[in-house]
Amino acid sequence: MSTYLYIALIPLLPLVSFLLLGLFGRKYFRSSAGALGTMALAASTIISFAAAYQYFFIDGKADGIYQKIVPFSVSWLPFSESLSIDMGVLLDPISIMMLVVVSFVSLMVHIFSLGYMKGEERFSTYYSFLSLFTFSMLGLVLSSNIFQIYMFWELVGVSSFLLIGFYFDKPTAVAAAKKAFIVTRFADFGFLVGILILSYYSNTLDFPTLIEKLSDPGSEASLAISSAGFLGISAFTWALALVFMGGAGKSAMFPLHIWLPDAMEGPTPVSALIHAATMVVAGVYLVARLFPVFSTNDTALTLISYTGVISALIAAIIACTQTDIKRVLAYSTMSQIGYMMFALGLNPESGDNNLGYMASMFHLFTHAFFKSLLFLGAGAIIHFVHSNDMRDMGGLRKWMPLTHATFLIACLAIAGIPPFAGFFSKEEILLAAYDSNMIIYFIALITGALTAFYMFRLYFSIFWNKDSTHTADHGEGPLSMKVPLVILAIFTLVAGLLPFSEYITANGAPIETHINLGFSIAPVLLAITGTILAGWLYKTPGDKPAKLAAALGGLYRAAYHKFYIDEIYLFITKKVLFNLVGKPAAWFDRNIVDGTMNGMAAVTAKISWLTKGIQNGRVQSYALWFFGGVAALSVLFIYLWK
Amino acid sequence: MSSIPLTHILFVSTALFFIGMYGLFTRRNMITMLMSVELILNSVNINFVAFNKYLYPDKLDGIFFSLFIITIAAAEAAVAIAIIINLYRSHHSIDVEDATEMKY
Repeated sequence: MSTYLYIALIPLLPLVSFLLLGLFGRKYFRSSAGALGTMALAASTIISFAAAYQYFFIDGKADGIYQKIVPFSVSWLPFSESLSIDMGVLLDPISIMMLVVVSFVSLMVHIFSLGYMKGEERFSTYYSFLSLFTFSMLGLVLSSNIFQIYMFWELVGVSSFLLIGFYFDKPTAVAAAKKAFIVTRFADFGFLVGILILSYYSNTLDFPTLIEKLSDPGSEASLAISSAGFLGISAFTWALALVFMGGAGKSAMFPLHIWLPDAMEGPTPVSALIHAATMVVAGVYLVARLFPVFSTNDTALTLISYTGVISALIAAIIACTQTDIKRVLAYSTMSQIGYMMFALGLNPESGDNNLGYMASMFHLFTHAFFKSLLFLGAGAIIHFVHSNDMRDMGGLRKWMPLTHATFLIACLAIAGIPPFAGFFSKEEILLAAYDSNMIIYFIALITGALTAFYMFRLYFSIFWNKDSTHTADHGEGPLSMKVPLVILAIFTLVAGLLPFSEYITANGAPIETHINLGFSIAPVLLAITGTILAGWLYKTPGDKPAKLAAALGGLYRAAYHKFYIDEIYLFITKKVLFNLVGKPAAWFDRNIVDGTMNGMAAVTAKISWLTKGIQNGRVQSYALWFFGGVAALSVLFIYLWK
Repeated sequence: MSSIPLTHILFVSTALFFIGMYGLFTRRNMITMLMSVELILNSVNINFVAFNKYLYPDKLDGIFFSLFIITIAAAEAAVAIAIIINLYRSHHSIDVEDATEMKY
């Protein structure tokens, strides 16, 4: 076994860059901040690729499967003999895959930002935040125990908060950052409780040990956690549901998705990094990390798959009606993550090495490339048009040929048209769904058609439709913005062709997959139908979309208002919680708690007002009091103290 | 030599003590107050000497005590007068009623 110590460099390089830029950036690295951050990350990326090469091709399989390796683990907070919190590195196929994806996409975003954020006043701050985020995300991916992952999880949340609120002079950005932080924090509370339950029963925080103890239904820990219960549901199910709640918050699953569309207030490259490829898939990664544990509990799996598929469908419907291009992409991200989630929840009788897991990871992998490509393309478009609204765009294919080509590739990929990346991964997910649950399969098919529709609605509205009215005052963008688009487009073209199931599966052993032509007909036909419909409606300007919206009536309005989910939240928090809990609590605080304290203060003040006359500044009166006191004590001691 | 009874001497010292006390409380002039304090100290000296003489004639402790008190009274007078002079410089008065700023 060769050494993997150098893995530690991967997260540490961005950390160093964060510290340098964060502490000295504005003074010494005002112009070179971007170069510094990008260099650090480029080194990390190269090391990640090297590690992946070593893991998959040099060390390879042992006993026919890819092993879980913990190259090092340092005891950090030893609480007792059996319970200590470690800091370590865990290598297995998915953490290696995530390393590559995160560092690579982050590198692309760093390069893109060189052009996009040029001239920004807080340029070095921006890069220090990006480095912090990348560090946290890489740390999260490599975590070897569940508490470590929780800490990086929170770090990711903080850096996401900082990046969403980067334009802190814009009230909407501040509100969005706050919303994202509070919603995910609320979900993380569930995660923490879940961690505590799991570790209480398994007596460990370590991932390999935890999985070993809890994935075997006959083991002592499993029996204990399954027999304990609360409200008629076993502690095991509760723990897994709570852990999933944390994942659902980060991954913007219904009904905790409300922060994701608003988070688009941040700079666009940030959306590409955080809200497309890395942080939002942390929830999927978490479930995948604990997959052997989840797969022993059918209730939790059902919860995951239905949450996923409902999120996928709702987000796809909402995406069809939005006009802000970044919001469309945000809802599409939510929809695609829904796909990954429900694929994880599918558990056909194929044992512990099931297709759903592989398909989910495959989709995560391909999605990272085409979705960050879409976001970066959107960034380039916004950079050019200075607007987020697709109604301000149109005919841009003449002005931005390169962005047009790469955006089209990404749209084809996400719509699932062969031979682009999305087709292969989506196909595996649908196949897994077909094998286990027909309801989910049909919802997923419909969602696939909707995906094609809303992506091409976006594509045609931006690049075709009415002719652009604006004058070209500058070109498509600097080279630093074009290069990442091209590289990501190439990855989008080839990522689907990788023999993914050879390398990344639930238990590390390869599984056989093949493209089944007969099976592919339905999804591809639906995707093409969606595309053609979008083309018919949006390729040329006209009143067809408005007529269709009017014909759909209530459904359109509901979708346009995002199914009033934000309003429901506001109703619950503002009306119900504020009136029933907040106001009585505030009354109690103001009148009882504060009242007691104010009363004590008032009594003290009254007494001191009454007695302050004694201290009048006259020496003789002090002497008189003193003498009086001595005389009284004398009387006391001489006559009364017998 | 017919000795004077102890009570007579104690009567004198008590009278001296209360005269001093009265002066300390009623006089506004600080020099007079200082003199009143000296009276109190001297009444104590008389007590020490008298008790020494009448109760323990073969010892000298009481007399030494009064010697110490006289020394300390001299030092105290020097300090007090220094304070009074400084007060006079800042207030242009040695009336104790004029120096009542240090209050609530």
